[in-house]
Amino acid sequence: MADAEYPVGRRTALFEPRGRTAAVRDGLRGYLLIAGMWVRSTVVYRTSFVLMTLGNFAMTALDFAAVAIIFGHTRVLGGFTLTETAFLYGSSGVALGLADLAVGSMDGLGRRVRDGTMDTLLVRPVPVFAQAAADRFALRRLGRITQAAVVLGWSMTRLHVAWTAVNVLLVPVMLLSGAGIFAAVFTTGAAFQFWATDAAEVQNSFTYGGNALTQYPPTVFAKDLVRGATFVVPLAFVNWMPALHILGRDNPLRLPGWVDFCSPLVALAVCALAGLAWRAGLRSYRSTGS
Amino acid sequence: MRLYAAVAVRGFRRYATYRVATLAGVFTNTVFGFIVAYTFTALWSVRPRLGGYDLPHAVTFVWLGQALLMTTALLGGGFETELVERIRSGDVAIDLYRPADLQLWWLASDFGRAAFHLIGRGVLPMAAASVVFRLAWPAEVSTWVCFLVSVGLGVLVSFAIRYLVALTSFWLLDGAGALLLATLLATFFSGMVLPLTVFPGWLGTLARALPWSAQLQVPADVFLGRHRGTGELWALAFQAGWAAVLLGAGRLLQSVATRKVVVQGG
Amino acid sequence: MDTLIQLDDVRKVFEVRRRAGLLRRERRTVRAVDGLDFEVAHGEMVGYIGPNGAGKSTTIKMLTGILVPSGGRLRVAGVDPSRERTRLARRIGVVFGQRTTLWWDLPLRDSYELVRRIYRIPDARYRANLDVCVELLDLTELLDVPVRQLSLGQRMRADIAAALLHDPEVLYLDEPTIGLDVVSKVKVREFLRQVNSERGTTVLLTTHDLTDIEQLCKRVMVIDHGQLVYDGGLDGLHAAGESERTLVVDFDRELPPVRITGARSVRTEGPRQWLAFPASTSAAPLVAELAARYPLVDLSVREPAIEDVIARMYGGRGAAALSRE
Repeated sequence: MADAEYPVGRRTALFEPRGRTAAVRDGLRGYLLIAGMWVRSTVVYRTSFVLMTLGNFAMTALDFAAVAIIFGHTRVLGGFTLTETAFLYGSSGVALGLADLAVGSMDGLGRRVRDGTMDTLLVRPVPVFAQAAADRFALRRLGRITQAAVVLGWSMTRLHVAWTAVNVLLVPVMLLSGAGIFAAVFTTGAAFQFWATDAAEVQNSFTYGGNALTQYPPTVFAKDLVRGATFVVPLAFVNWMPALHILGRDNPLRLPGWVDFCSPLVALAVCALAGLAWRAGLRSYRSTGS
Repeated sequence: MRLYAAVAVRGFRRYATYRVATLAGVFTNTVFGFIVAYTFTALWSVRPRLGGYDLPHAVTFVWLGQALLMTTALLGGGFETELVERIRSGDVAIDLYRPADLQLWWLASDFGRAAFHLIGRGVLPMAAASVVFRLAWPAEVSTWVCFLVSVGLGVLVSFAIRYLVALTSFWLLDGAGALLLATLLATFFSGMVLPLTVFPGWLGTLARALPWSAQLQVPADVFLGRHRGTGELWALAFQAGWAAVLLGAGRLLQSVATRKVVVQGG
Repeated sequence: MDTLIQLDDVRKVFEVRRRAGLLRRERRTVRAVDGLDFEVAHGEMVGYIGPNGAGKSTTIKMLTGILVPSGGRLRVAGVDPSRERTRLARRIGVVFGQRTTLWWDLPLRDSYELVRRIYRIPDARYRANLDVCVELLDLTELLDVPVRQLSLGQRMRADIAAALLHDPEVLYLDEPTIGLDVVSKVKVREFLRQVNSERGTTVLLTTHDLTDIEQLCKRVMVIDHGQLVYDGGLDGLHAAGESERTLVVDFDRELPPVRITGARSVRTEGPRQWLAFPASTSAAPLVAELAARYPLVDLSVREPAIEDVIARMYGGRGAAALSRE
């Protein structure tokens, strides 16, 4: 096909040795390229896209309406006021929303394994993780992020909190760490689907379930549940731990004060574990082909 | 009639094949049940008798919601996506030439699905809950019977609504938006987020009168024995009334849509 | 001839778990590929055929690095595909039968743009390659059409073009003509021939259509039960399996089974008769003689099915001939 201008030997120019950083760069680039294609695909159905984004916003807004109704019947829930609960609700929602936007579509991985289209991802020169994460990238998820951000912003203007430098800095750290923890859960759930292709719903327990959990104060729940959310699936670090510090509340498990600042470390650790799970899942797929 | 029974059995079997998916769903229902049950416990401990429920009532309400979530398809996930797809691709024209009524055919299949979900997704979360929480079980057999009838009517109303929504894709290019809106209304106005008796003032009155309440609020109240004597019959009549109205509307819309298909040739 | 693909006792064993009773599960190992040895040289065009479940797809998946072999040595362009899958991806093109890689809702051109950027194809080269593909595969009118509006044949052509834009050294095609209309089949074959002869791209294709092989491949490999049972020219395959084509003739009335040299009557049904003749000979003289001696209304030639040819290689001759009708 290529003519004399491109002699056969030139082909090898595409085949340079690449290291780990190059793989990460390729992955990011591939992710953005593929996500961009999905965005353009959705814009084809403009009305539907607008409707879905608004729907996404409304869905979570109704969630908050329920919280508001609850606080219409009581001034405090588990010792927390509406404003304080809104702070938890908003931070958890933003964290989940960011993770959902970035890697949330990975829950469709089992379907790809079942119908065999997983193979088409494996023959492209882009890391499979990046392709799976960008698969069906949905900008409509900005609806959830926006709604949660509005609630978070509203709560912050009304909280009676000393906005010291530490507290101010802790907010973005909390949101990003929370997004990282949720992203790790999404990834682990997707990796699990390499083995159990039908089990997409399990991860909802930890993603949307985790969101439902952390949008309420920890004092609402049984101690064992809080322990599980701290030491087993560390959802407590999405927002509870840093938020309790900001709100000046006692740690529900009486953990030492430095734990409040551990969210970034916990996020890094669970992301690393999720990466291992992903690699194990992919390896299993490549040895069994199903 | 035999045809529709066969369709219903097929609907049941179709969902029964996905064992892992069912177990995954049961797990998720149970996790959500726990989380919501704790928040309700916190609320009812400061406001006992809120909405006319005591604490075991409120907690039972939560678990009934998880048990019926799939049965009355509050989050969708029934036949409607398939019907929308068939309308979009034009395959629905083939369905119209079948020697079966389009609405009854889908209804039978959805009843099969609902029956499976009631057993496969409803029983286990309730069983798990009864280990940890004190639930308010019906004392009399008649209440159980009434509850099952009420769930059946709830499925009927749920079907009728989703059928109407799916038919809109004869006119709208993309059915996804309408389906999402339907899900939104169903979760909020069925009592899934909060019992409708807790909704304040006019919002509560409105929510209890809307058809979505037939999908969870009414069956749950029957289960909890809040309707006594003739009250129970009135509750069922409320559901049946909405079912009749909505199924009738579905028929009407279906005939308009069919005419459109015949005229345009698909 | 320098070797591009090299397999040395390559094996792939799957463990299949089956439900046996409520909780008990049965474990069973399946040898999907059981000791494959073959080489493919640069610039060859090879047909890879076999019955369903023979191990064709498993082989392709190992060659592309999707699957990791259970044993043996496998090299494509000097590298181990399963270890260097992502790097090898830049040097190979893959078309998986009916699994399109194109973007459903976007114009075809956008899918090609993505390929350009993902494979980092230099601009001039991309344009040159696209021009050739568009011309030979007749895609000019389709570039600005959303993929969902393409017919199956158009989509397959478009998919093949997408797999070639980055100048792969080897192209793997899994059933490229399945379900296509006659015109599309002809176009696809013509294009593949051109790519192979003019650009020197090595092509390995699996197919169920022996015509694909006949018109494209000098060499054909047959796999059955995970093992290579034949590797050579198509003529040799027919000879090895003593394969027969079938001439289906319609006369204007019922006749007793015709007797004609070079063919034997295998079936009669009203005015229609089936005549078998060796696949290695031409049908022309047979048809001429039939037309001269009998009141011929219509006729058609049926190619031997791959399953038939393979069955014959194992001597299952009578059974295969019967099972076809």
